[in-house]
Formats: sequence, C-alpha cells, structure tokens
Amino acid sequence: MTTGLDNWTLAAPEIFLAVAAMALLLIGAFRGTKGADLVSWLSVASLAVAIFLVLRLEHGTAFHDLFLVDAFTKAMKVLSLLGSGIAVVMSRGYFLRAGAWRFEFPVLAVLATLGMLIMISANDLMTLYLGLEMQSLALYVMAAFQRDSERSTEAGLKYFVLSSVASGMLLYGISLVYGFAGTTSFPSLARGFLAGEVSTGVVVGLVFVLAGLVFKVSAVPFHMWTPDVYEGAPTPVTALFSVAPKIAALSLIVSVVMGPFRPLLLQWQQIMIAVAVLSTVWGAIAALRQENIKRLMAYSSIGHMGYVLLGLAAGTEEGVRSVVIYMIIYLATNVGTFAVILSMRRKGEMVERISDLAGLSQRQPMMAAALLLFMFSMAGIPPMAGFFAKLNVFIAAINASLYIPAAIAVLASVVGAYYYLRIVKVMYFDAPAPVFDRPVERDMAVVMLAAALFVFPVFPVFQTPFLNGAQTAAKTFFSGK
Amino acid sequence: MSSWPILSLVTFLPLVGAAWILVVCREDETGANNARHAALWTSLITFIVSLALWAKFDPRAAGFQFEERLEWVPAYGISYHMGIDGISMFFVLLSTFLTPLCVLASWTAIEKRVREYMVAFLVLETLMVGMFCALDFVVFYLFFEGVLIPMFLIIGVWGGKDRVYAAFKFFLYTLAGSVLMLLAIIAIYYQVGNTDIVEAMNFKKLTFEWQFWLWLAFFASFAVKVPMWPVHTWLPDAHVQAPTAGSVILAGVLLKMGAYGFLRFSLPIMPLASEYFAPLVFGMSCIAVIYTSLVALVQQDMKKLIAYSSVAHMGFVTIGIFVVNVQGVQGAIFQMLSHGVVSAALFLCVGVVYDRLHTREIADYGGLADNMPRYALVFMVFTMASVGLPGLSGFVGEFLVLTGAFKANTWVGVLAATGMILGAAYALWLYRKVVFGTITRDAVRAMTDMNMREVAVFAPLVLVTLWMGIYPSSFLDMMDASVGKLIADYDAALKAAKATAMLGR
Repeated sequence: MTTGLDNWTLAAPEIFLAVAAMALLLIGAFRGTKGADLVSWLSVASLAVAIFLVLRLEHGTAFHDLFLVDAFTKAMKVLSLLGSGIAVVMSRGYFLRAGAWRFEFPVLAVLATLGMLIMISANDLMTLYLGLEMQSLALYVMAAFQRDSERSTEAGLKYFVLSSVASGMLLYGISLVYGFAGTTSFPSLARGFLAGEVSTGVVVGLVFVLAGLVFKVSAVPFHMWTPDVYEGAPTPVTALFSVAPKIAALSLIVSVVMGPFRPLLLQWQQIMIAVAVLSTVWGAIAALRQENIKRLMAYSSIGHMGYVLLGLAAGTEEGVRSVVIYMIIYLATNVGTFAVILSMRRKGEMVERISDLAGLSQRQPMMAAALLLFMFSMAGIPPMAGFFAKLNVFIAAINASLYIPAAIAVLASVVGAYYYLRIVKVMYFDAPAPVFDRPVERDMAVVMLAAALFVFPVFPVFQTPFLNGAQTAAKTFFSGK
Repeated sequence: MSSWPILSLVTFLPLVGAAWILVVCREDETGANNARHAALWTSLITFIVSLALWAKFDPRAAGFQFEERLEWVPAYGISYHMGIDGISMFFVLLSTFLTPLCVLASWTAIEKRVREYMVAFLVLETLMVGMFCALDFVVFYLFFEGVLIPMFLIIGVWGGKDRVYAAFKFFLYTLAGSVLMLLAIIAIYYQVGNTDIVEAMNFKKLTFEWQFWLWLAFFASFAVKVPMWPVHTWLPDAHVQAPTAGSVILAGVLLKMGAYGFLRFSLPIMPLASEYFAPLVFGMSCIAVIYTSLVALVQQDMKKLIAYSSVAHMGFVTIGIFVVNVQGVQGAIFQMLSHGVVSAALFLCVGVVYDRLHTREIADYGGLADNMPRYALVFMVFTMASVGLPGLSGFVGEFLVLTGAFKANTWVGVLAATGMILGAAYALWLYRKVVFGTITRDAVRAMTDMNMREVAVFAPLVLVTLWMGIYPSSFLDMMDASVGKLIADYDAALKAAKATAMLGR
C-alpha cells in the first residue's frame, strides 16, 4: 500500500528548484537591484545542481502515478536545464546595458524551468497542464520584461493572449478525453485504448490536446505568434524561448503520443505528418525574405520543429531517438547563434538586421566562422552536426515508409538552405559594415566557442555516446510496459 | 601492401596544412606569402604521397586496395571505410595533381584574403580525395556534400562580378539533387542493413521496383553534378564567375564526381534500372553533345565557351558509362581524366591572359601569337587535345567511347561523332580568334609572354597530356581488372534477372 508520497525523492530536482527560487526571491528582495548579479549566479548554480540531481534519479513513478521519471524524461530535463542555464548566463550583459538588470529575471527563469521539468515528468493530463501553465506564466512575464519598451510589452501581451487560447484548447481537449475515457492518467488511458475502447470523442479530444501542444512548439498552423514574439522580446529571452520551452513541449508531445495515445497511432500520425510537412515548407519559404535576424530565427525554429515532428511521426523507437538527437544538436546550434546575435552591438546599441552582419568575416573572423558553422549546421550540410540530426530524422521516416513526406521535407531543406546561405553570403561576400563593439563578452565567446566545437568536429566524430544515450531514452516507450 | 593508412594520410594531409596556415600565418603581407608557400608545399607533399598509391597499386586485383576500416557509428552500421580500386585511383591522383597547380596559378592572381583562399583550397582537396576513397555511403555523402562549402566560398568571395548569383545557383542546384540521393542512401541502408558500399554492391537482391526509384534519386544528384543537359545551366555561371583556380577544380575534379557516382553506384548496385534507363541517358547525352557544342560556338566569353565544351565532353563520358562495355567504360574513365587535365589547362590558359588584360571577351584579343609565342604553343597543345587530335590525351578517350557506342547502338555513335566535329569547330574558332590575326589594340601588344611560374604550371600539364596520348596503356592497364569486374557483375545481374523472369513465366 503506497501513500503516493513514498517516492517523493523522484521529484528532488523540482523540489530543490522550487525552494531555490523562493530563496533567491528573498535574497533579491533584501538586496534589491544590487543583488541581481548574485541572484543570477546563484540561479545558474541551482540549475546546475538540478542537472546533477536529475542525473542521480532512479526510475519510477511518484504521487499516485502523477509523476514519472525514466531515461527519456531525464534526458529531456538535462537538455532543458542546460538551455535555461545558458540563456541566463547570456542575459546579463544585455540587460545591464538596457538598464533593466533586475534580480527578478533569473528567478523567473528558474520558475519557468521548474514548470518545464514538471511538464516533462507529467504522467497525467493534470500534471501536464499544471507544468505547462507554470512555465507559461513565467515566460509571459519574461517576454514583457523590458517594461519600458513598447516592443517588449507588446510581445509579452501577444504571447499571453495567444498562448492562453492554446491553453484553453488544450484544457478543452483534456476534458473531452476525460469525459470519454473516464481518466486522465497516462497508464490508465493506455490500458483503456489497448483494450480497444476508442470513441470518437477521445479522438476529438486528442486533436485539441495536440493543437494546444503544437502551439507551444510553434509548428504550422499554430506558429503565428512566433516571429512577433521572437522579434519583440528582449534578445536573451528569445534565446531562452527558442530552446528550453521547445524541448519541454516536444518532450510533452512525445510522452503524450508515444505513451497513452500510442494505440491511436493511425489517428495522430496523419496529424503529425501534416504538421511536420507544413512546418518544414512554411518555415523555409517564409524565412526567405526576412531582414531581421530574430524573425529569421523564428522561422528557422518553425522549420526545425517540422523536422523533429517528422521523426516523431514515424512512431517508432528510431523516431523518438531522432527527436532526442535533434534536440541536442538544436540546443547547441541555437544557443551558439544567439550568442552571436547578442554580440551584435554597435556603440552599445543592439542591432539585429541581417545586413548588419555584412563583411563580418573580415572584421571578426572567429565570430563569423562560428556563425558559418551554425548556419551550415542548421541547413543540414555535412559534415556539421545538423546533418546528422536530419539524417536521424530521415532514417526514422524512411523506415516508417513515409517516403513522400520525407521527400517534401528534404526538398524544403534545400529552400531553407537559401536563407542560411544568405547569412553566410552577407558575412563573407559583402563589403564590411562598421565593426561591432569589441571585445566580445567573455561569456558569449565561451558559449560560441563551445557550441561551434560541438557542431564541428565534436558531435560528428564522437556521436556514438549521444546516439546510445538517445537510444536508451527512446527505449523507455518500448520496454513492454 | 603497406600497413600505413596511406589513404587517410592523402586525404587529411591538406587539412593539416590548412590548420597550420590558420594558426601560424598572420593577416598581413608576409602572412599571405607564408600561406602561399605552406599551401604549395602541403599540396606537393600530398601529391608525392599519393604517387605511392600508384606505385603500390596491384593492377591485377579487381577489388578494393589500401582498405581501411574503423567503426564510427555502430548504431547505424556506419564505419569509416576507405579504399580504392582501378576506377577511383586515378581520380585521387587527378585531385592531388591539380591542387598544387591551382595554388601556383593563384600565386599573384589572388591578392585579397590569401590566407583564407589557401585554406579553402586545402579543405577542398581533402574533401575531393576523401570522396573518391570513401567506401561507406555516409562517409561518401559527407565528402560529396562537404565540397559545396569551400567551393561556395571560393566562388562567392574571390569570384567575378556576378559571383553571388553564381555561388547560390551552384550551391542550391547541387544540393537539391543531392538530398534526394540521401533518401535513397537511407533506403539502401534499410535493405542492406548497414551503409557499406562494398556490401551494397554485393547485395544483389534489390528488386527492379526498388532499383527504379533508387536509380532516379541517385540520377537526380549525379546528373546535376556531371552536369547533364538540361540541368547544366549552373555550370557556365559558376565557371565564368569563379576565380581561375576555382574553375580549374570545378572542371577538373568536381564534374567527375557525378560520373564517378554513376560508375560506383548506379551500375553495380542498380544494374537493372541502369539498363532500363540507358536510353534516357543516351538521349540526354546526345542532346548535350550536340546542343551545347552549338551553344559554345556562339559564345563571346572565353570561359563560357570552355564551360559549354565541358558539358559536351561530359556527354561523351555518360554515353561511355551507360553502354557498359569495356571500350565504353574505359573510354569514359580515360575521357574524364583527359578532360580533367585538358579543361583545367584551358581554364588556366584563360587565366593567363585574364591576369594581364582583365577581360575574358574573345573579341578583345587576337594576334597573341606575335608577342606571346610560348603561350600560343601551350594553348595550341590543349586546344588540339580538346579537339581530339591523335597523339594527345583527348583522342584516346573519345575514340574508345565512340567504339563502345557503335558496338551498343549505331545511332548513339553517329550522333556523338557529330559532336566531335562541332567540338573541333568551336575550339579551333576560339584559338584562331585569340591567337591568330593581327594585333589591333595597344593593350594587347603590351602583354608579356608567360613567366617562369606560369611555365612551371603548364609544363606538367603538357607532359601528362602527351603521355596520356602517346602511351595510354600505363593508365588503361591499371583500370582493366576493376572495369572488367564491373562489367561482368553487371552482365551477370542482367542475366540472372532474365532467368528469373523466364522462370516466372
């Protein structure tokens, strides 16, 4: 007889982060704006401790099956924590210059991350919703963090309104599923579907749930908020948005469709294929004419989500593995690219037009070379890591006989290559624009260098441990529970 | 057999040189000079090491030699597998032979960002050599696609007026073809169980339906690379805009990658589909030979003319490959090598006058025989080789291909032979316009003859052209066994398919 609290240690990272966030809030409250540096470093430290705690977790469920820890959730948690941590590290200089360096920012980041961790571990539709909202609430505030800036507040409001609609859909879908299946617990749902009781109501509910979740990863047709929010939000926030929440939301989609709804593969597979193909195509086409690099990154992330979902649409172990691999590489390239974007300053002012990068290869060759690596990696050109990300996705898709979607996606990647190449062109072929402020901040340089080395040559050469890790993570859905 | 990983050595030596330049050479004038020397020495050493391949190559063995294998990604059965046979060996040599000449040819022509230029060329050499040595699909694809990156930069940074347009066109055209090949490679992986090329060759269980789609996917990639009509339009743009040495590598080596792909993948792995689609290839090749020769006749730009002539010459190659008999295939390979040397040399010839007058318009020249006798001689040798004059390298390849074509299909032979006549027409016309006649412009009169560095660039090319024309056996003997095996396997596969079809009936 369990009380449900027996395994509470499984939630140790979450509990730790919650306590840490409150403690940091107190420190901040006592020391005021002067304490921002301290709070920032302590929050990064607590995220690091959380990674350590996650790695030490055993597998199992806790709180009456509401909360799940397995290899997959652990992997995704580590990635989210990394994404958030790096984003916090990169935010200091930006906010300092903007005169908005306040201790609330790192605390909010920790709270958002806490929400992500709960999302990832969700083993029940209620936990899922709880985690998602916790994350979103913190992110709304962060998007509007530069409260004197019209753009930032607009982005925050936009994100809030649209995201609430998506949450509404999600909640409506959850209620439908509950109404027709009689439970919100993942294991019970799975048992029910395996026994063959699938009513139309559940399928409709599934569609709504997926729509809500797809909004969060910003895949077509629920992508409209992305470019505006990416452009309007302060750049460090965009850097955060583009990685950690995406990882958490994707992990949520994976655990929903591969867990309770796996018996309904035929129903959700077509949705997933449609979303994936549309995202890859639209992500590529819409980005062609963008002049703002943050908007470009928004469309780029829409495209990337398309590829990830294509891997997932395979509905196989390889599919899940490709999702994990893709997210690892996506994390590295995105973080690296944003480190470059955050270094695009002239006389203390941020610039974010693509043409501002003109001739960068002659002024700051190292930075240009790093961005070149990231761009070719995102375009999926071998031998960069991004190629292997796409290779894994297509291996999964081809094995699931998704030939036509794979062919469309692969051709979309050629269209997408154009706008990545355009950045390379601007940096290498065009006459130099005025130089960016030097020196590049140490934090940024470290992030850039680490990400670049990871993209090439570390990942391409030493990818086996990553593949094995992803394999272990993917297996959890197929271990014959 | 040596125990040295000699193929990896040849492949990655240039990369060492590139790293050296990046770390040691500075951005200033001395740094540029050091970069030039470092690149020259690296590529020369690489060439000398690669000669060891030829020396130690066993011409009687049909299979792969100097094989190296290392586990890389066991999850997908990907291994770092390198090896060469009689077909690929000369392409490795061609790459290592042309790179030092390119470095030498760019000695003074490239003035800005010399360091990066040399790095790009050395990286390019690594990728080219690796591609011809790769015996694993993923490794092959890595090198095959990777080539795009340095070439994109070479055209885009050091190219002519419309370099940006040309660079994008080059990159996107070839990428669009290649990504479909990637899907085909994955499909083969699921059939065979790993990504080893040799195992895929020996697999022989692909049904015709599979072969049909796979062949088309590979064709999409290789046809763009060759390039075959009607997807050749990127080539004239890329050639015209690229710096001289970029054109040399494009014409000399990159174009061979597509045809090499046909030989390495289409024929051995998809024999049934290759036979089925051969008429399509013949049709496209004949159009390429005749149509692009006609187009070449009306060009005003020297580089463009040679670019179109490349398309025509590569048309011979694809015909030779898909007639699948000894003469055809050997002729195709020989033609590729010859074209690799001759067209490279022709682009260098254009480079020599371009460096002096900075125009490529044919009409701007004329009468160079008077003040540049050395140049006139060299240019004539390569014009004649391109035309197919007996005694020079071009003749052997074209003659063998025509023999093979006539054996397989008279009409293909006749049409291809027409192309030879047209080829003579435009090449001689170009030579007459540029070299003969009287000098009308003072700027042309002021041009000086080739200096010692330029002579050093052309001397090896002339020697090789003569050698290939006078004693082709030293090349043909090396590829004999491998080509024989390729054709025997191909015929056996067709026979087996016919037998099962008979049984089925």
